[in-house]
Amino acid sequence: MELVKCTDVNKKFGKKHVLKNVNLTIPRGKIVGLLGKNGTGKSTLIKLINDMLTPTSGEILINGEHVGVESKKIISYLPERTYLDKTNTVDKVIEYFEDFYENFDSVKARKLLKDLELDTKQKLAKMSKGMQEKVQLVLAMSRKADLYILDEPLGGVDPATRDYILDTILTNFNEGASVVISTHLIADIERILDEVIFIDKGEIILQSNSDELRKKENGSIDEIFRRMFKC
Amino acid sequence: MKFEFDNNIPIYIQLVEQLKIYIVSGKIKLGERLLSVRDLALQTKVNPNTMQKALMELEALGLIYTERTNGKFVTNDQKLIDKYRKECADELSNKYFISMESLGFDKIEVMEYLKNLGGDK
Repeated sequence: MELVKCTDVNKKFGKKHVLKNVNLTIPRGKIVGLLGKNGTGKSTLIKLINDMLTPTSGEILINGEHVGVESKKIISYLPERTYLDKTNTVDKVIEYFEDFYENFDSVKARKLLKDLELDTKQKLAKMSKGMQEKVQLVLAMSRKADLYILDEPLGGVDPATRDYILDTILTNFNEGASVVISTHLIADIERILDEVIFIDKGEIILQSNSDELRKKENGSIDEIFRRMFKC
Repeated sequence: MKFEFDNNIPIYIQLVEQLKIYIVSGKIKLGERLLSVRDLALQTKVNPNTMQKALMELEALGLIYTERTNGKFVTNDQKLIDKYRKECADELSNKYFISMESLGFDKIEVMEYLKNLGGDK
């Protein structure tokens, strides 16, 4: 059974048709890149899978079940924007996560934070944007989830740390779990992707194994993307 | 094991090439047991599925074999390794000759050049 299956999913905001007949499946054990320009529906799709928005029509199944309380337990979601109360220290946030998620591994979280030289006694508000993003990524990757959905995990992070973050993603997703990464920083991330999904103007343009696409189109994913979506 | 990758070429093909060099050069020895797919993937910083695919290719070439329950091993067939080593060397030499040709050296001049460069012991 597929981990995620979207069938004829549409989402409209008033007259604006943001997602059009989206059909896609995400298998187990894969790292999938959800790639598209700004404002093409990436985050909307992710929010639908996370049950934070409801589709106008169509069906989304996680592990064969409709999205809801059960699917939230097995999906670890890193949103594009922070949702944490910034007056808290990192220690306090770790406590919340321990209380809130059965599958949160605080030992792992503390180890990763130490590797990244982040002070857990510090308040989030006192940290730079990049540091806050690192904290949130660590929190998301420290849950033992079936599906990790990372919305723009590299946006505000410096190139040196990007490599560490990619390694963290590679080393910390369990066997059988999948990772969906939405980004427009394709060149930085493409080497770890099994599959890519191109989305444009609310439609899925293609879904393919990344090495097969490189072979077929004779270039990097980044280059193929640029060719396809040239303004 | 530290590999560099070019995003323009399928990653598994680059893995096959680089692992092949490790094997034919003897950096990984005849009959030596390989790390698990997951550990190899971590070391080379690639996706485990991509590493799996590369190892399947190497197995198809006969350079490694799987012992059920025990893991993957480098072949014990020295002749086969020699054959692939020669293949790699030929390929590299051809590339070199082509590059030198673009600088205006013909084959004999290239040989002469190499001889002078290497010190003719």
